[in-house]
Amino acid sequence: MTNIGVILTLIVIFGGLLWLLVRSISGREVDRRIIFLFIFVSVAAPIIFQITFKERATPVVEALFANIDGLPAGSKVLISFDFDPAMAPEVQPMANAMSRHCLEKGHKIVFMSLWATGQSLMTTTLSRVILPEFPEKVNGVDYVNVGYKAGNEGVLNVIVSDFKKMFPTDVNGVPLDSTQLFRDIRSCADLDLIIALGGGRPGPKEWVLFVGDPADVPVGVGVAAVVAPQLYPYFPQQIVGILGGVKGAAEYEQLLIATHDRFVDMETPGIDMMGPQTLAHVVIMAFIVIGNIAFFRSRSKGGSK
Amino acid sequence: MIVEPQQARVVIPGTVRFLLLAFLAVVVSITSTATASEPNADSTLLETQQVEPVTSLVAQDFKYDNGERIELFWVPSVDDRLVDGLVTGYEVYRTVNEGDPQRLAILPPGANTFRDEAAEIDSVYSYYITTLAEETSAKSVATEPMTSEREWLNRDRGYLFLIAFVIAAAVIFFVETAKRGKKLFIRKIAGLEAIDDAVGRATEMGRPVLFVPGIHDMDDVQTLAALTILGRVSRTIADYDSKIFMPVSRSLVMTAARETIKSSYMAAGRPDAYNDDMVNYVTDEQFGYVASVDGLIVREKPATIFLLGAFFAESLILAETGNSVGAIQIAGTARPAQLPFFIAACDFTLIGEELFAASAYLSDEPKQLGSLKGQDVGKGIAMFFVIAGTVAATISYAWDIGPVNDVLDWLNQVFSSN
Amino acid sequence: MKRQIPLLITFFVGTLLIISVFVPPLGDLERDFTLFFDIIAVFAFFLGGGNLLRIHLMKLANRRKDWGFSAVTVSGFLFMLAIGLFKVGNPGGIAEAVDAEGSWFKVMFDNVINPLQSTMYSLLAFFVASASYRAFRAKNREATMLLIAAFIILLGRTPLGVMLTGWIPEWMSVAQIPNLAVWIMNSPNLAGQRAIMIGISLGVIATSLRLILGVERSYLGGDSD
Repeated sequence: MTNIGVILTLIVIFGGLLWLLVRSISGREVDRRIIFLFIFVSVAAPIIFQITFKERATPVVEALFANIDGLPAGSKVLISFDFDPAMAPEVQPMANAMSRHCLEKGHKIVFMSLWATGQSLMTTTLSRVILPEFPEKVNGVDYVNVGYKAGNEGVLNVIVSDFKKMFPTDVNGVPLDSTQLFRDIRSCADLDLIIALGGGRPGPKEWVLFVGDPADVPVGVGVAAVVAPQLYPYFPQQIVGILGGVKGAAEYEQLLIATHDRFVDMETPGIDMMGPQTLAHVVIMAFIVIGNIAFFRSRSKGGSK
Repeated sequence: MIVEPQQARVVIPGTVRFLLLAFLAVVVSITSTATASEPNADSTLLETQQVEPVTSLVAQDFKYDNGERIELFWVPSVDDRLVDGLVTGYEVYRTVNEGDPQRLAILPPGANTFRDEAAEIDSVYSYYITTLAEETSAKSVATEPMTSEREWLNRDRGYLFLIAFVIAAAVIFFVETAKRGKKLFIRKIAGLEAIDDAVGRATEMGRPVLFVPGIHDMDDVQTLAALTILGRVSRTIADYDSKIFMPVSRSLVMTAARETIKSSYMAAGRPDAYNDDMVNYVTDEQFGYVASVDGLIVREKPATIFLLGAFFAESLILAETGNSVGAIQIAGTARPAQLPFFIAACDFTLIGEELFAASAYLSDEPKQLGSLKGQDVGKGIAMFFVIAGTVAATISYAWDIGPVNDVLDWLNQVFSSN
Repeated sequence: MKRQIPLLITFFVGTLLIISVFVPPLGDLERDFTLFFDIIAVFAFFLGGGNLLRIHLMKLANRRKDWGFSAVTVSGFLFMLAIGLFKVGNPGGIAEAVDAEGSWFKVMFDNVINPLQSTMYSLLAFFVASASYRAFRAKNREATMLLIAAFIILLGRTPLGVMLTGWIPEWMSVAQIPNLAVWIMNSPNLAGQRAIMIGISLGVIATSLRLILGVERSYLGGDSD
């Protein structure tokens, strides 16, 4: 069934592209809705027929993976969910994969968010990944969810020197002083790693500027693909690793599966989404080629006049 | 009578003998237990002695602060090892004005620094560290009593001050030079040259102008830059008697934009044409805002769209929708990630610094244009140091020449000061 | 006078915050002013929310064009506001987090806001395709170079890059498309990004100085005092 689906998809897409090429060469306009239709098919078909590809991790992803892997058990990791549902398809798989990795290695996690919408997404990770997969982990001991706090960079400016001044309680009103995890955490300087997930502002860049650098804590980031190029200037000195978009998430998932047997059957939304992304990329590349052919043709016609 | 001595012997009955033997056995066993447990007691004693305290504990005032920080440095206990280490952690204690010790923190093994961030200038502090092991602990020698100090100048930021001072002085110098009437050359910026034509086009077509100031609040300089351009654009709109829509995603931007447009209409002598509803708040939510603006574009089909300010993922969605209704689009942002999208979908794009230069450029006031010249001095300085740093790093890496290494170290020192 | 007071406040606060960078006892000022701004912005929300309601209720009352959209907006706004404020259906009552599992807020968030936002964001895929079809043309040398770079990055972001060039031996691994894509991002892209960032930073400095010194006052609405 899958094979037939793949063949059918490829026939529809490449047949359509051929038709588009002929149409463009003959100098006829291509309506943008036709382009939208191609993208729809190239995204929908791999989801329906479950077309996936094997990933190989790039150095920027490997670096972050190795950093989390290399921390001694009991290390304190802060994961900040600074994104909204729009970015969630790209960033949430990273959040889930890294949360799994941290808990598996015995690290302690502090969950927080600088975006109001991040709090609900954090709850999703907790209720759908951590509670069912790590029932032995205890809230307050192995992880604490401190929730969302308004104030953007202002929040970072405070927690860099005094965490409990900004977050006196966890998301359910339990004083942080009464949790075992926060006995050793006064400020961000007491953390061993910060993972900033997001892509907007405040986001990873603000974490580096306001917390990572001043408190000398390593920062790893997971961002929407479009933001990743902006963060390369900070790698590897100020950012220890970058996960960019769906591909970054897929590479991380692949590393996790390859190195930890218990994750072999875990959900891999990142890897699953690489099918649509790959096919959509191919179609976009085909559009660029066809657009250029049409352009050169119209130019040569214009030149001959 | 040989019998007597025999009689004189104490005859021990069997039962008593048994009890005696049992007693002896108990005594022997207790004694042997005691002797057996003695080495154990010795070894516990030995372990207690083996957990060595931290050494070389130093407390020093943090440079440069308001007197609220004291830094501690120490050499971890010799028993703090990765393999077979006995240390389970460290406790940091401080005494204030010779009072009772207060525990400040528990640190994991391997820690060798701590920063007390709650010191007060008038108090005298002394610190000691307790090394923790499974069943025992060891206290270090306490530090000499000390006080924290307030510094009025952050000398670490000397170079930063120097660089900022030179750039600021250059800006002010050129503003003053321009005020005195010196003609300054400013290159043409196509996107800004097109503003009047774009507004004129909307007027001719009888369609509105849409102004989107990005999705950030007034604390972003990009939003301020957008509002300064809005001042000029709305003045032209008022002059041409065109119509403007300005949906915003922040309440403060709404109030500020209203003031800007109102003043422009007043300056154009048409206060009656101004209406508060030209600017309306939609939502802080990024994509809710985008949906609303997209809907507005599709329904009202504006002839001209300004996309100026801080934009994120919505940049291409807005620009492509604008493109689909055939609007002339002038975009500008200082978000490098969004610039390619604007360049692909808009007619004119103000790249980064051009957005900030726009207001000065449009005003044509010498003093404002002078600030752009001052900015060029900053660029010159940046270029000089980029080239010098690259050359020095290359030479240092390839040939390891002493003086060049010194130059490189100095450059690192200058530009890593924060 | 109406213009002078804001200019004076801008000058005073701007200068003070610049000085605070170099004077440690004033170090907390930036944080405090950021918090002041946030507090003001939160209260300003009432202005925004009020404006939203006023405009859409007027539209509804007058049955102006597209009043149906206004009905959706107003009802959505009031509904979410109510279930958030009163924590409707919250298993832990008013004391628990607003988005606790099972609360109406969480249900609406997961089933309405989440898919709506994802839908808007996913429009990007369609618009990227149409924009690249129209804009990526090899019009000149620079545009051609951009086109080639874009192709390598696109291939590098997919497993196709590995499939096509995975056979290249390890000592030549920089020529493998995924590595080439990383190189483009790390070197030419980085150089360009840094140049733009330096330009932007200088632009921010110059704009800030114009605002602080009162040279730039068009955001206050024109130049007339």
